Amino acid sequence: MNAPADFSQAGELVCPAGTPAALRTAVDAGADTVYCGFQDATNARNFPGLNFTLPELEASVAYAHARGAKVLLALNTYPPAGKFDLWRAAAANAARLQVDACIVADMGVARHIATEHPGLRLHLSVQAAASSPEAIRYYCQHFGVKRVVLPRILTIPEIRAIKQEIPCEIETFIFGNHGLMVEGRCSLTSWLTGESTNMDGVCSPAGKVTYEEDANGGLRSCLGGFTIDRFAPDETAGYPTICKGRYAAPHRPEGYYAFEEPVSLNLARLLPDLMGAGVHAFKIEGRQRSKSYVRKVVGAFRAAVDAVRAGATPDLADLVALTEGQKETQGAFQTKKWR
Amino acid sequence: MELTLGPLAYHWTPERRADFYARIADEAPVSTVYLGEVICSKRAPFFEREIPRMIERLTRAGKRVVLSSLAEVMLKRERQATDGLMEIEEHEVEINNAAGLLARGGRAHRVGPFLNAYNEATIDWMAGQGATHVCLPAEMPRDAVAVAAQAAATLGVGVEVQVFGRAPLAVSARCYHARAHGRTKDNCKFICEDDPDGMPLSTGDGQPILRVNGIQTQSESYIELLQELSGMGALGITHARLMPQDVDMVAVAHVFDEVLGGRIDPDEGRARLSAICTGTSFSNGFWHGEAGYRHISRRADAA
Amino acid sequence: MTDISAPRPRAAFSALLPTAPLRALLQPVLQRVVRRIAARHPGMFARIAPYQQADFLIVASELPFALHLRPDPQAPLFRAVPRDPLPAHDARIEGPFMLLLSLVDGETDGDAAFFSRDLVISGNTEAVVSLRNALDDVEGSIAQDTADLFGPPGRMLLDALRQRSAP
Repeated sequence: MNAPADFSQAGELVCPAGTPAALRTAVDAGADTVYCGFQDATNARNFPGLNFTLPELEASVAYAHARGAKVLLALNTYPPAGKFDLWRAAAANAARLQVDACIVADMGVARHIATEHPGLRLHLSVQAAASSPEAIRYYCQHFGVKRVVLPRILTIPEIRAIKQEIPCEIETFIFGNHGLMVEGRCSLTSWLTGESTNMDGVCSPAGKVTYEEDANGGLRSCLGGFTIDRFAPDETAGYPTICKGRYAAPHRPEGYYAFEEPVSLNLARLLPDLMGAGVHAFKIEGRQRSKSYVRKVVGAFRAAVDAVRAGATPDLADLVALTEGQKETQGAFQTKKWR
Repeated sequence: MELTLGPLAYHWTPERRADFYARIADEAPVSTVYLGEVICSKRAPFFEREIPRMIERLTRAGKRVVLSSLAEVMLKRERQATDGLMEIEEHEVEINNAAGLLARGGRAHRVGPFLNAYNEATIDWMAGQGATHVCLPAEMPRDAVAVAAQAAATLGVGVEVQVFGRAPLAVSARCYHARAHGRTKDNCKFICEDDPDGMPLSTGDGQPILRVNGIQTQSESYIELLQELSGMGALGITHARLMPQDVDMVAVAHVFDEVLGGRIDPDEGRARLSAICTGTSFSNGFWHGEAGYRHISRRADAA
Repeated sequence: MTDISAPRPRAAFSALLPTAPLRALLQPVLQRVVRRIAARHPGMFARIAPYQQADFLIVASELPFALHLRPDPQAPLFRAVPRDPLPAHDARIEGPFMLLLSLVDGETDGDAAFFSRDLVISGNTEAVVSLRNALDDVEGSIAQDTADLFGPPGRMLLDALRQRSAP
């Protein structure tokens, strides 16, 4: 096995790669690290036509390593009993192909890798929902986790406080789709479709999604036959995820976004504060997005992180066109009132 | 197989909670009662004051009492509440967050449904760390439950599955009860107290679909596994969990007890349950590996 | 096999001209294009494996005809079909011509075009997502490959189109 990769530089940009072409695009656009998954239920973006075969991952690791970039493999779903072998095989392949770390959520998977592949670095996925110093320390203490990806529910002062009490690096999401539920604790998709986010790696699977245009140019998005939202002709649309749907409650008969509107996270303006709070790595969401998205978002954040590192004010490219509903939010990071 | 009563997910008034657990103590054929606020740490102080009296009442009636911990631990008060609960030795605790696992160390505990014990490797790990009993996630299908339960049996770990009540589908940092009323979580004024069985949400087509319970999202329909009950023991399941809903839970427990004991058949049980839970439909899709909301009739595939 | 769509508004000239001769003229060209893509990007077909027999309709709002794609690696099909009515299909992708070109070229993000409502999809969503992901993994530009197929005139046409779409 090669020498372990160097993860020591703060401000690491961790970028999504849904396909080998997207991985090369991310590396070329300045990603320090890319993350990806196999074409199966072992990762939380198990979408049709996406992800990597073994030969593709092998070639992609070589491409990234030759350019000084690191590759993380997402093994961040929860194996249902009886199917653990699939995750076991994925971990063995990750070790063999010399990925630089695995991103895990399940305790059984974490323990398996810690015991069977002790040279393989572990990151704790956001799917593990570790949102307190105690929870994070549990995974560090028992499985040797080196980095935690924090749930998108904490304010910057809270992140700073957590950093004081944990022995590992912190990675936070800075851009992309903004899930509302605690990750790894959501069975909404499973309830409506029979396919599980935790066990199958899907969220609103495309096979259960339909879009219908009405005579007036309105758009109805459905999941498993249930109407999730209706968009007027000039209204921007979002993914048909249950937590971004419009519903009626007894005192809200007109219908409202009960959980959240279709918006995306964009923390470009908070980068200096996040670095000041002790965040080590910045994660961009979007393995299901195109090369075009990867090129634009990674390029913009590469320039922004470099500017912050140099003590300059980042020139923030307008990324709003790439966001869901074409609206941005700073979510929980800016204020407790989000809760 | 034994029946248990899971922790109350809703913010009921103190009077109502007291009456409820008194009746459970005297009349419900359940062996174990889980007590404690699992969903919202803001509600917890109300509940905690009453818990010693409830424990006394329930244990006097011969029930085993297990104290359940919060599912979400983020704020200081949540961390302290979890640490405090984990110091308790005189009662069993059910842990719902990894923060609790750290505090509990290797001492005996139960694993709650929010800890994601999905597979044999995880259960094996947890058993090695002191877990004596595991409540599986509600979405696990029968095939996976069977493998998990066999593994647990080998380790001497008890296995529990939810057989009645709304499916717990998600938790969030945001309070959707407060949001629905234009408030924030810090300024919620406990509006969730107005919805003792959750706040219903319907789709744009008027189809009831979900229930909001503070930071939690639940199913509209109740999980109901009466037909499946008789086969569960053979799979290695040791306990069947009834979740408290705003219905006559003593009557619900009797229906399950009678079906479990073979004194009435599942169809009759279901007819009685429908009469108790007027206006609510039943689901068993998760168990059958289908969309959770569905209700699969098993005459054809009972094997 | 599912969605028979209602006619959509389109450029006025198409209503005046019979489109059948135009389509007949295009067929050999389109067939050459798809064979070339199939030969140069065999990996693409693995990503759409479950949908190699699916019928996709690509409808550019300004064009008087629609394009029918069946990504079968053994017998790839790409042809012009009438718009009114559209033939039966599994999935339909509809938008301004320049947007569709830019998507195929990897210059525009499909999700973003969907959020903005410029891109309309209907029918089998999973088939569309698979096709999108398969196309997105193609290195380089399919549009450029296609233009190259026709030598200097093809490249001139593509350059002209790209200039039209530039902001």
